Amino acid sequence: MKEVFEPKAAVDKGCGTMELNIPPETVSEFAEIIKETSGLDVNVCYQCKKCTSGCPVSYAMDYTPAQLMHAIRLGLKDLVLNSTTIWLCASCETCTTRCPQEVDIANVMDTLRIMAIRTGIKPKMTEITAFYRTGLSNIRFFGRMYELGLIGMLKLATGQFTKDMDLGIKMLKKGKLKLLPSFQGSSMTKRIFAKVKEQEKV
Amino acid sequence: MKYAYYPGCSLHSTAKEYDKSLRAVYEKVGIELEEVKNWICCGSSWAHPTSKLLSLALPLKNLAEIEKSGFGEVIVPCAACFSRFKIALHAVDNEPQLAAEVEGIIEHKFKDGVKVHHPLDTLSSNAELSRLTGLVKNDLSGLKVACYYGCLLTRPPKVTEFDDCEYPQSMDKILQAVGVSTLDWSYKTDCCGASFALTRTEIVLKLSHDILEGAKSVGADAIAVACPMCQANLDTRQEEIEEKYQTTYHLPILYFTQLVGISLGIPVEKLLLKRHLVDTEDVLEKVR
Repeated sequence: MKEVFEPKAAVDKGCGTMELNIPPETVSEFAEIIKETSGLDVNVCYQCKKCTSGCPVSYAMDYTPAQLMHAIRLGLKDLVLNSTTIWLCASCETCTTRCPQEVDIANVMDTLRIMAIRTGIKPKMTEITAFYRTGLSNIRFFGRMYELGLIGMLKLATGQFTKDMDLGIKMLKKGKLKLLPSFQGSSMTKRIFAKVKEQEKV
Repeated sequence: MKYAYYPGCSLHSTAKEYDKSLRAVYEKVGIELEEVKNWICCGSSWAHPTSKLLSLALPLKNLAEIEKSGFGEVIVPCAACFSRFKIALHAVDNEPQLAAEVEGIIEHKFKDGVKVHHPLDTLSSNAELSRLTGLVKNDLSGLKVACYYGCLLTRPPKVTEFDDCEYPQSMDKILQAVGVSTLDWSYKTDCCGASFALTRTEIVLKLSHDILEGAKSVGADAIAVACPMCQANLDTRQEEIEEKYQTTYHLPILYFTQLVGISLGIPVEKLLLKRHLVDTEDVLEKVR
């Protein structure tokens, strides 16, 4: 089992990544920007679709991961940043692990999400960006995640007040949710968030 | 032997039973854990899709505090935290400019650095396995368990540097060492839907259904996990999944440390088995 699946073993046998001859004039500006900002080169993708076959959420996406990689190569920035794919990626790292060209696809998805948020594109899945926003302000404010606070903030942000009410009550009864936040380390997280914000302006 | 210990947010709340059972097991095997003072959230599912710098600064700030307190190795039991720590270390090892930027943000320059371990890693060495076998008090051989590793412990392998990424064995070895019968099955490293639980619940229901179905089809009495997110999805959503797919599982989702604890004779109250939504009584009935 190990021999067949371990990527390193494959490399040792001389079956490593394939070098492709990509004429520079065929590289899209969008692919170039992604490479410059994140160091990730999708141009080496040869559309084997292992990423898509292994992706647990591809069934729900409007473009599969392989299609999205191709769209980047074609420079279709609007299509890519407006896709549901970038928000539905579960960050399970299966694509990254199996890519024969060692494209860190899960990392490309992160890069695209960051790009979409920063360029002010209205995300296809507002509840997912609301989840990021509320999660981050929760960490910044409390230092450690305060789940009950996150659930409340998310309900306010999405308007889905009755979602999972029964489950929430069951979990409270089992003592699974902490009633009060800790605030430990909150001065540290506030400082880190501020410094990151400052740095990202540069 | 003494390690620094980073529990992370879940082990102080939803996954308290993982924290308590882990500490009890480590105490039994004679490994000391010292909780990091003033630890902060690692950024988990929230930082990496929104800011690369933040996603690195949060885990590395914790490692900086650990290094300052004189430790060179830390145990990180939550799979999501473990993944964020390992990804951060991998990023700064390979991108010196980024490393300098992050060190500026966290106001610490690493000297020797800190090694990050998952409990499955430290407990599955040959020495620890035979030590565990020597400590067995209860017979759990009547219990058939499917070990579920999830995504983030083993993927991507060049970052996690841990076990086999497609068919891991460390949890199976540990549970076998304490007399549990573990099963071969196809969903060891499939995704449970992770953080979509609160936003796109239907994805979690589908993916977790596939995993529960896989475990049921090989005759599992329970599923063992090492990740609070996997545990929450498979346990707290199980009833909803049963309703949606018109089936029954009654599969208790236990942290592997709880099973080890039962086997080593740690009192069940200490293992917080009653905190689960799916009843764990059936598991205890199989203990001899």
